[in-house]
Amino acid sequence: MKVIARLTLHVCLLAGACFAAAPIPEAASPGEEIARMADVSGHYGGHLTIGQRAEPRTLNPVTATDAVSREVIGRLMGDLIEINRSSQQTEPALAKSWKISPDGRTFTLQLRKGIRFSDGHPFDADDVLFSFNVYMDEAVDSPQRDLLIIDGKPILVTKLDQYTVRFALPRPYAAAERLFDGLAMLPKHLLEKQYHEGHFAQAWSLNVQASEVAGLGPFRLKQYVPGQRVVVERNPYYWKVDQKNQRLPYLDELVFLFVGTEDAQVMRFEAGETDIISRLSSENYNLLSREKSRVGSQLADIGPSLEYNFLVFNLNDLSGKKLNEVAGKQAWFSDLKFRQAISAAVDRESIVRLVYGTRGAALWGNVGPGNKLWINQTIPHPSRSVETARQLLKAAGYSWNAAGQLLDATRQPVEFSIITSSSNSQRMKMAILLQDDLSHLGMQVHVVPLEFRAMIDRVFQSFDYDAAMMGLGGGDADPNPEMNVWAFSGTSHLWHLGETKPATDWERELDQLMQQQMVTLDYAKRKQLYDRAQQLIAENLPFIFLGTPNILAGANARVGNFHPALLDPYTLWNADELYVRGPGLENAGVR
Amino acid sequence: MRTRTAILVVLLAGLHLVLLFAGFFAPYDPTTQNRELPYAPPTRVHFKDSVGFHLRPFVYVWTSGLGGDQPDSYQGSYQEDRSHEYPVQFFVSGTSYKFLGIYETGTHLFGVAEPGKVLLFGTDGYGRDELSRVLVGGQISVAAGITATFIALLAGSILGVIAGYYGRWIDESLMGITELFLSLPWLYFLLGVRAFLPLHLSTIRTFFLLTGVIGLIGWARPARLVRGVVLSARNRNYVLASRGFGGSDFYLLRRHILPETFGVLLTQAALLVPRYIAAEVTLSFFGLGVNEPVPSWGNMLSTLQQYSVLVSYGWLLAPACALVVTSVIYSSIADIFHSRLKSYST
Repeated sequence: MKVIARLTLHVCLLAGACFAAAPIPEAASPGEEIARMADVSGHYGGHLTIGQRAEPRTLNPVTATDAVSREVIGRLMGDLIEINRSSQQTEPALAKSWKISPDGRTFTLQLRKGIRFSDGHPFDADDVLFSFNVYMDEAVDSPQRDLLIIDGKPILVTKLDQYTVRFALPRPYAAAERLFDGLAMLPKHLLEKQYHEGHFAQAWSLNVQASEVAGLGPFRLKQYVPGQRVVVERNPYYWKVDQKNQRLPYLDELVFLFVGTEDAQVMRFEAGETDIISRLSSENYNLLSREKSRVGSQLADIGPSLEYNFLVFNLNDLSGKKLNEVAGKQAWFSDLKFRQAISAAVDRESIVRLVYGTRGAALWGNVGPGNKLWINQTIPHPSRSVETARQLLKAAGYSWNAAGQLLDATRQPVEFSIITSSSNSQRMKMAILLQDDLSHLGMQVHVVPLEFRAMIDRVFQSFDYDAAMMGLGGGDADPNPEMNVWAFSGTSHLWHLGETKPATDWERELDQLMQQQMVTLDYAKRKQLYDRAQQLIAENLPFIFLGTPNILAGANARVGNFHPALLDPYTLWNADELYVRGPGLENAGVR
Repeated sequence: MRTRTAILVVLLAGLHLVLLFAGFFAPYDPTTQNRELPYAPPTRVHFKDSVGFHLRPFVYVWTSGLGGDQPDSYQGSYQEDRSHEYPVQFFVSGTSYKFLGIYETGTHLFGVAEPGKVLLFGTDGYGRDELSRVLVGGQISVAAGITATFIALLAGSILGVIAGYYGRWIDESLMGITELFLSLPWLYFLLGVRAFLPLHLSTIRTFFLLTGVIGLIGWARPARLVRGVVLSARNRNYVLASRGFGGSDFYLLRRHILPETFGVLLTQAALLVPRYIAAEVTLSFFGLGVNEPVPSWGNMLSTLQQYSVLVSYGWLLAPACALVVTSVIYSSIADIFHSRLKSYST
């Protein structure tokens, strides 16, 4: 009886193994222009599991907006030019080379010849043309469309031959090659029909047949189990090989498991159910580092991120809104000395220590120490001084009553509230530290935790708030994504949204600097402009900059080539190079 | 039975005295941050040192090895600095507080000389003394529970008496309304109500809004119970006799009917207080109640929503323990009232 049971088990296992077998990497065909990664080595086999906070909404790279969907889609798709997450520089991807015309307006891209989509269909200039048509189509409403429409004019894309494409920009655009990162190339043969029938937005939803999805990324869709996981398997036609000319990726499969919250991600990782975890809070990082030897994990602290957390005062135009109370407080908020006093009173060192558990950095400007290419090193870092703050307030006409309360020039006590997202415990903590810091100036500050959407609504729509604790940045190291914050008409010009003309002289100068750097092609000149912009921001304090957390990530010890980076996606950007270390290491006693 | 009752009454009185004089029993101001001591574990109280045994207990200061080139977790990084002993002193002067809310004083039951710190329940993430926060927070949470109970019972008994005594359509419509209130999912209702209120309110106003809302939602159950008692009492022979002698409605209610409801009301009070304390805790836990930096058991517990805090710093569960103790005392009292009531009526 036992023997039969064991035999059946063996048969089942064998059958299972056959069904589960991942596609075998294709041998290189003649004329195929493969990218050789000279410093990458590893070996084939195995799978890794990643815990996600939510379920992806779609697999459509053109319409996806949420980070979770993009994390999956990014593994399935390829871009023409990529930003290397480790060096933060652009490097050739599907385009093996490119030329920029001297006036900076024309880009000519040479595509790799002979490479194929994950379903075996060849890739050429027609796919590129089709993809850009889709991205720029107003009816599709892609979030990437804004990037491709410059000064209201679209980028002109022309096919020169089967493997050469030219992009003509309406005006010079600094670092335009960075635009190509994140624009996935679509398979014309699979999507053209749906596009012409007008329901492109519905294409590649999660319940699509795996055979209908193909891309140029290292993996291809294998299976989606609703509410549980998305499984992707090796793309046997992927266009990169390692130093031994083995076609990448090494992994057979990558499994995206939907686990829910950040805490659930940590618990799954602790239990060994998932292999990679990124964007850890310092508390969870410390928790995992204590359990490092038990779980058998490798943890990485990459240093300060590109995100900046800050306090912003409501300087919006409130005329026509029934917000007299807020409007009355704007006399304080618009006073530079008032903002300087607050910046001087903030104990940034404590924020780094108590909020980030020393795994973070204090900030005095919008560019932090993580962005080595662009940071203006001359911006001063004054340490906390309640005395300086009091002098600044005194000079601005403020006084204190017998109880130590701060009074403004009209003898009104200074009292305001800070709204913050209740789901972000780090910003919540910052607000409470700030509340205590400002009480030393005699200011009465209330911390109001709000549900994230309610808070965003107040900041962007109703303007019914005094001050808000927020965070921005982190997308790319380049200054261009910052345009929407510092240009006066920008959509994230948080302290004064919807300006029709710059409200102050420094805002005018800042806007001009940002516009100029966008059309300046020379790095040194651009840096000069951006340095001045940073100086203006630090001097005029539209935001009171506080701090930035370090990027903290972890992986199981058996994951090879684990090189987390400062840019999103922090850990999976080199998914094609990740591999599972052999049994040798596990026997060596890590577990 | 007697001794059990006595013990419970002493416990109940003790609990409320400690909370009433929280400022005196708390060694520190509950909002003062000690930024060099986040998540410090409870201070150990020593009696013995290298010299020998001391009758007066003493403590050492915590020093953390954190900082410099060795950044790591605060957990486990604290060590006692044994170079200096700080004897625990009683009736020391410290930060001032309002005694009973009127008289300003700075005397605390116990303390140690600065820079020593006696942190019997450890500190939270901002280095605030957890014991002082539990005591002052308890003052707010328990007062909210009692006030809300009072409001609920007052409203409930008035409406219950009216319904039970006058009967007919008044009874039917009032009882219809109680059914509506009883079927409300009250937690979601409270969350909804709080969301409509203005953004920042002073602690006092938040407190009264909270208790008002909790109390006004909770009147339905006591109203039904009171109505039942009144309904049976008003047809008793002595009530009918009194009415026959020309007693007015008000006289009948005051003299004969209301006393009948006291037992029910007392039991209800003992049951409702811990429930409403928990309601305040729930609302503050979700950030809808008392705001930082003022402590309440609910907003103190809300930091434990983070998994890493929950598993690393066990002493932050102190408010939960306090809540459990308070609830157990109150429900035991309710138990006694209930059994008394039963033996009385049979």
